[in-house]
Amino acid sequence: MKRRDFLGGVGAVGATGALAAPSLLTMTGRAMAQGNDIPVGLLFSLTGAVAVVESTLHDAALMAIEEINAEGGVHGRQLRPIIEDPASDPATYADRARRLMIRDKCVSVFGSYTSASRQAVLPVTEQRKNLYWYPTLYEGRECSRNVMYGGAVPNQQQDDLIPWAIENFGPRFFMIGNNYVYPKEENNYCKTLLEEYGGEVVNEEYVPLGHSDFSSVINRIRSEQPDVIFATVVGDSDVAFARQYHAAELDPAKMPVVSLTRSEVEVKAIGGEAAAGHFSSAPYFMGHNTPENEKFVEAYKARYGADTVTHFVSEAAYFQVYQFKAALEKLDPGNITPEAIRDAAVGLTLNAPQGEVLIDENLHTHLWSKIGQWQANGQAEVLVESSERIAPKPYAAYDGQSCTGEGLVKA
Amino acid sequence: MDVIANQLFAGLSMASILLMIALGLAIIYGAMGVINLAHGEFVMLGAYATWALQTFWGIGILPALPLVFLAVAVVGWVIEKAVVQKLYHRPLDTILATWGIGIILQQAVRLGIGAESRFVRGPDLLSGNTQIGPLIMSNYRMFVIVFSVAVLYGTWLLMTRTEFGMKLRAVIQNRGISECYGIEAKRIYSFTFAYGAGLAGVAGALITPLFSTIPTMGTGLVVDAFLVVIVGGLGSLIGAASAAVLIGEATALFSLVINDTLGRIAVLAGIILLIRFRPRGLFPTETRR
Repeated sequence: MKRRDFLGGVGAVGATGALAAPSLLTMTGRAMAQGNDIPVGLLFSLTGAVAVVESTLHDAALMAIEEINAEGGVHGRQLRPIIEDPASDPATYADRARRLMIRDKCVSVFGSYTSASRQAVLPVTEQRKNLYWYPTLYEGRECSRNVMYGGAVPNQQQDDLIPWAIENFGPRFFMIGNNYVYPKEENNYCKTLLEEYGGEVVNEEYVPLGHSDFSSVINRIRSEQPDVIFATVVGDSDVAFARQYHAAELDPAKMPVVSLTRSEVEVKAIGGEAAAGHFSSAPYFMGHNTPENEKFVEAYKARYGADTVTHFVSEAAYFQVYQFKAALEKLDPGNITPEAIRDAAVGLTLNAPQGEVLIDENLHTHLWSKIGQWQANGQAEVLVESSERIAPKPYAAYDGQSCTGEGLVKA
Repeated sequence: MDVIANQLFAGLSMASILLMIALGLAIIYGAMGVINLAHGEFVMLGAYATWALQTFWGIGILPALPLVFLAVAVVGWVIEKAVVQKLYHRPLDTILATWGIGIILQQAVRLGIGAESRFVRGPDLLSGNTQIGPLIMSNYRMFVIVFSVAVLYGTWLLMTRTEFGMKLRAVIQNRGISECYGIEAKRIYSFTFAYGAGLAGVAGALITPLFSTIPTMGTGLVVDAFLVVIVGGLGSLIGAASAAVLIGEATALFSLVINDTLGRIAVLAGIILLIRFRPRGLFPTETRR
């Protein structure tokens, strides 16, 4: 961790200097590759507030690139990763994206965890007609033709989850989230599902980002006695919430927390004991049993340390690089443009660690829905797994709007 | 009624945490006139020291408290000797310098230990709840309340019943005259700064089982601590204590009536109003500089 952060910091100062190194090294072996490699941008924060998560996405994406290069690249051409550190600041994301797309002539940029940073990059990538690969689950309501969305939108996480939760625990939902767009949109969609399946919202509450004292929220949960705590609390707030929930001795068997945001990373910080018994809904869990996942987890641990974890966002950051590679392979090597890559990517299927994923014509990804129960060892046991892939509907909560291959269509 | 009682307890619990963090800040400001913006990072260092003691040496939080106090106090002492001492006559520069130190400490932890959140196990002895009628109180939170009151009392004893305290009060009242009487003001200042830092470290250790241990955890906490010090009156122990209770309870009750987000705004608006009418806080101390 520390070495990588340091390299990231150095990378931000002398980006090209440090980053030319991998291609220089490969040049000696394959003189042909020189000047003929394919520049791709990596735009994940290695410093600042969101670096905790984004550095793991960076690691996963970089690992995929190097795996591809080690196997001979694409059409004999190596991928040349160009790393920028936007330091968790949305304005810097836009600036660095511009640099990657104009100066470095990247044909694609992989990056971002938060919606704020994606939206900062959006005008740049649309103006330059470039392609931005975004691996995170997000709130939907977006339909750019220049962003490849690798994470789940609300319907992909909730369609199976809500009826299952009502059936198993009861209809009374207590919504708790951080106060920004993602939790509000998720809750918005959850309410339409609750209406459909006969559930109700007993309380809907938002705490500021970074909020760390949940004693009043927990008092309210105690007095309301809901059946399900529907949580969209993120990052450190979620860690504090889970620990205080456990310390208050609220029983997960009676009032389970069902989270859309809690992954292996948060559980590691919460501690398995406090996280055990609660649930998460996600397309991927680290313990998932496929040969692709075994390979992914093994390679990741071998490279970054045996105590590191993979999670549903780093998995997407990893498989999106392979989707990019598969799209490139379909193209004429002499004519690679971001838009050609996008068109080649539509309809692609790929065996990702979570299972076979498909890129929809609306550029979102068909994913597998899973509901996992956290165990004391920090891993999730998958209780429910969807029998088929769930199609992405970024406008599911909005009647008459849908995201299609031609962009947003309003009825 | 049950909800109000539980909420009052929650407020008291918040107040005890605020008090633990603000106490060190209040002492450093009151005694030395130094606005220590690195205080939040001392809290963070305390939390990480607790994590390290537990992870590498298997020492639980409670036995770790004195060690953490000493460790962070030493860090504070070194910083006082190396930087703050050179800037006593330039109060604005101390703000900038301590802010810089805060950033350095934060990044050092990020580079040295890593940015991800760390897990610290709470003491088994204090797990669970005590129920009195409708009131459900977490044992650990009760412990923090009792502990913070004890630390407050201990600090009061130190200030009023020891030779060190007498010298410190003399220096606060008039540094020049006290030096004429043979009091080494420099040494007094170093110890005071170290003591304040140590208290911050203990606060950091105490909050690890409840909060998330990350390099940036101090930044938000120090803001609340400043609010307590300003509302309480600069440098007043009793002021810091009553302000902590006031802010903790106000936060808890506002978040009961409205919600946490608006409650926070209401508390801040209330503080602005209070400062408007009592610019020197609830219990201003009369000092001469």
